[in-house]
Amino acid sequence: MLRHAWRLARKDLLVEFRSRTAILSAVVFTVLVLMVFNFGRDPTAVAAVDLAPSILWVTFTFAAMLALNRAFQLELENQALDGLLLAPVSRSSIYLGKLIANLVFVATVEGIGLPLFALFFNVRVVPVHGPLVGIIALATLGFVAVGTLFSAMTARTRFAELLLPVLLLPFMIPPLIWAVLATATLLAGRPLSEAGGWLRLLAAFDILFVALAFVLFPATVNE
Amino acid sequence: MLLADGLRHAFGAVRALDDVSFTLHPGQTLAVFGPNGAGKTTLLKVLAGLIQPRGGRARIEGGRSAVGWIGHQPQLYGQLTVWENLQFWAGLYDVPEPAFVRRERDLVARLGLQAYEHQRVRELSRGLVQRVAIARALIHDPRVLLLDEPFTGLDRTAAEEFRAVLAAQAAAGRVTVLVTHNVEEGTELATDIAFMRSGRFVDMAPRHGRGAAEIADAYRRAVSGG
Amino acid sequence: MRLLQTGRWITVIGLALLPAVYVRAISFTPVERMQGAAQKIFYLHVPAAIWTESAMVLVGVASIFFLFLKDPRLDRFAEASAEVGIVFGSIVLTTGPIWGKPIWGTWWTWDARLTLTLLLFLMYVGYLLLRGAVTDPGLRARYAAVLGICGMCLVPFVHLSVYMFRTLHPQPIVLKPSAPSLPGSMLATLAFSFVVFTVLFVGFVTQRYALSLLREQAAPHA
Repeated sequence: MLRHAWRLARKDLLVEFRSRTAILSAVVFTVLVLMVFNFGRDPTAVAAVDLAPSILWVTFTFAAMLALNRAFQLELENQALDGLLLAPVSRSSIYLGKLIANLVFVATVEGIGLPLFALFFNVRVVPVHGPLVGIIALATLGFVAVGTLFSAMTARTRFAELLLPVLLLPFMIPPLIWAVLATATLLAGRPLSEAGGWLRLLAAFDILFVALAFVLFPATVNE
Repeated sequence: MLLADGLRHAFGAVRALDDVSFTLHPGQTLAVFGPNGAGKTTLLKVLAGLIQPRGGRARIEGGRSAVGWIGHQPQLYGQLTVWENLQFWAGLYDVPEPAFVRRERDLVARLGLQAYEHQRVRELSRGLVQRVAIARALIHDPRVLLLDEPFTGLDRTAAEEFRAVLAAQAAAGRVTVLVTHNVEEGTELATDIAFMRSGRFVDMAPRHGRGAAEIADAYRRAVSGG
Repeated sequence: MRLLQTGRWITVIGLALLPAVYVRAISFTPVERMQGAAQKIFYLHVPAAIWTESAMVLVGVASIFFLFLKDPRLDRFAEASAEVGIVFGSIVLTTGPIWGKPIWGTWWTWDARLTLTLLLFLMYVGYLLLRGAVTDPGLRARYAAVLGICGMCLVPFVHLSVYMFRTLHPQPIVLKPSAPSLPGSMLATLAFSFVVFTVLFVGFVTQRYALSLLREQAAPHA
């Protein structure tokens, strides 16, 4: 199963790399959001460190949305979904392949966004970069997992690009809040253990929803 | 070997398949003729396992890996080259590397795609894309071919070559179900002919050497009369 | 048709009892010491909130059974529960601020119940939008079931989050109404209101279910 999933992910990433539209829009958008937030605040009134976690996560969220929108759109454009379903490839492999491709995409944007964020907001990220990356990974996995599942459903509906964020919103809010709280703890120089509760919630969310997505995905593609 | 037993399916209140049963053995090619909306595509999808029928069952020996499909969509990724597409699909069917190389070269040659092998699919014309789709369907050497209007977009030479490919497949003991509303193209290849209307097989019989004109006549009668 | 009539009767009974709740709440229940008369809205707010959440659980459970049994009745029930759930959710989200303004001075507060209800409301909106966006009935039912199950699974996480948030940021003592340490008459009014809201929920869901059924019978899979 892993082998097939990897082949599918590789194909997705290859196609994405060739067309480059989505990744470029995501990066440009990230830069734009960061700049707007920077100029929008009064540096004397609000310290960067207080606002920073929220800004960071809003940016990442938008990037994730862009990634998720294109995920099953790809199959729809190429009308290849039936082909994938016909192949002796398990449904779980299809989901896993999409998930991996989405994660790589979002991780790439985050990889560019995080240094930019540190730069623009003059936030000292390097001393905590280990745990920070961990938090980012946990939260990203959570909403990309749910998002990949939902995008399989919205791809075939009208207004797919609008519907996906609406469906995803209630599922992104809790992990986002936990991530922001944990990030705030880190950036304020507090020990990671203080954010323990939020991290446990993130981990539990990830485990449950990744498992749930695997179980429910076949229901979205089988007839 | 392919078995269809009492297949029944509906989309809402519309009966798409109404008690369709037949068995096909290696070497047989069944051509199914019928007007649009007769349920031909639904039949293929049920045979392939894409749709679970409301009633009855369909079985193909060898499961999904033994099925090759050509449908209305080419199922190719525009951003990838011909070669990359074939390699991707072969990978999903777990075709071993040496077999893939051999078959790919053979199919590309037979379908006249040498010049386009490393071009991106979205740059190719409709006819060329259809040829690549044929290669895609055959790359894993399927024992059963399910073809839905496969001649669409093919020019005379390509159609000729495709017919030769299908004939070779049949000679090698493959089973083919060919669905079309073009009687001329389907007749020559078929060992058995079926007419389909409103989800039912109005008539199914071996070809008995009948020619295209005769079949076309019988088809007109079966579909408009009864 | 009979089902619709049964539903109508149940709703009528519920609606008839509703003024009784008002009367009891306003006249026969003591005014809460710290919050004043505004607190009385709590008798509507709390049962509505409980049912908003319970409706989501019902949607989730019905969805799980639907995916296994493929019985369209379960899907119809899930749809009906979701629609009534969003109505009750709206009640909570409007009564909440009306209660909150006189007491806390703000229209909105991130207290446990309101936050949860807001998220539930968003989930219902998503659920109903998804249903609206899919034309094929079989596909619609399956997609809705998937979303419903996910929605139900999110609820415990929200509860946990709010609980954790509260232990870190203690709320003003005024937010005691959710605790059972209420004087007898208040508790009685609350219980009565809860019963009435239950009747209303059952009535609405029954009617909605019946309407769905009638619509399908009138225009089979149009």
